[in-house]
Amino acid sequence: MNKVTPTIDSMIEQIHDGASLIVGGFGLCGIPEKLILGLRESGVRDLTVISNNCGVDDWGLGLLLENKQITKMVASYVGENKRFEQQFLSGELEVELVPQGTLAERLRAGGAGIPAFYTATGVGTPIAEGKEERVFNGRTYIMEKSITADYALVKAWAADPIGNLVYRKTARNFNPLAAAAGRKTFAEVESLVHTGALDPDQIHTPSVFVQSIFVGAGYEKRIERRTVAR
Amino acid sequence: MEGRERILSRALSEIQAGMYVNLGIGMPTLIADRIPSDFGVMLQSENGLLGIGPYPNENAIDPDLINAGKETVSEIPGAAYFDSAESFAMIRGGHIDLAILGGMEVSETGDLANWMIPGKMVKGMGGAMDLVQGAKRTVVIMDHVTKRGDPKIRKACTLPLTGKAVVDCLITDLAVFQLKDGQLQLTELQPGSTLQDVRKKTEADFTIAPALQEA
Repeated sequence: MNKVTPTIDSMIEQIHDGASLIVGGFGLCGIPEKLILGLRESGVRDLTVISNNCGVDDWGLGLLLENKQITKMVASYVGENKRFEQQFLSGELEVELVPQGTLAERLRAGGAGIPAFYTATGVGTPIAEGKEERVFNGRTYIMEKSITADYALVKAWAADPIGNLVYRKTARNFNPLAAAAGRKTFAEVESLVHTGALDPDQIHTPSVFVQSIFVGAGYEKRIERRTVAR
Repeated sequence: MEGRERILSRALSEIQAGMYVNLGIGMPTLIADRIPSDFGVMLQSENGLLGIGPYPNENAIDPDLINAGKETVSEIPGAAYFDSAESFAMIRGGHIDLAILGGMEVSETGDLANWMIPGKMVKGMGGAMDLVQGAKRTVVIMDHVTKRGDPKIRKACTLPLTGKAVVDCLITDLAVFQLKDGQLQLTELQPGSTLQDVRKKTEADFTIAPALQEA
């Protein structure tokens, strides 16, 4: 089996107007930067994007925002993006803010075939409005529904041709959850090794979750806050 | 001692040897540097790292290694990386001993607001709502009043809540409160601060710990 595609175009051209996308990454760390650039170039529109953050003004998902390709965003924290605030306050962009742990679990549940779950996160806050409440062992919980999407776009450090993925350090974040929750999952990776070269005990995303792999070159990996020892 | 310094040094004393601790973005992050290295404290970063180390040297900066504030950091020996669902399993599952978070408002019943000013900014709650529900103990650190001098400790929060009755301990530049029987109790005055001053700058009703009443 070989899921490697020589060009990213074969992935990008499948993504149609109105598609929903789960995009891995935390801030700019572990984002599928080549796929995002490809989407920007394709001009595909009316996207619903589920991702913890929405990039910065000139990088990551911020590029799609700038191009007005996103109509709905589901995220936990978007404070790094001025354009986001403008588009949200003007009503151009629909936004669903989701607590980070709830977002992670909604994706995990989606990938695992669980339609909903209960969590104490958000009880008594605006997040709980309109959601079913239930008491378990004397504590109140709200029901949160799982998330799946047409496509998941993930970034991994290493892959083999059948689609096993290994992430690196905190670039893992939402990527494995996204990979499982996409009906089709496209992975861009920094390096490709032959099948069997990855230690089966160390694989983070088993190949069953991945439909297509692209090996990118020259990753920018921009840093949002460069902090060094004093 | 400057106000922020009083807050940070008091907050530090909440951290005990061997604890697993999550420090929120902003002022709480500054506590990290002060934790004695022989404490064996493991700092958790909700983006997927247990065992945050100090900021790296210039030549060791790694874009794949950041904290929840998106700052480049390092890992300590014994560190572990994991995905976001596992990270919040640690938090929501009650495995993190202590979360120290910043605050915009705290109510007299321990409600916290720290994520949104309606019509003004849209940032999102990040992991704060999960942390206040999941950590074994939630400590909020903030200035006692706003820059304009308005009280931040209110009868009821005016801003959208992060969590209801979730603040176990509140540390300001003037005082320390603990949530006792669902009500804020003043338990300590910061150096140089008086009960009269605290009363004047606090909108919330609060009880006073017996030890302070005698003073």
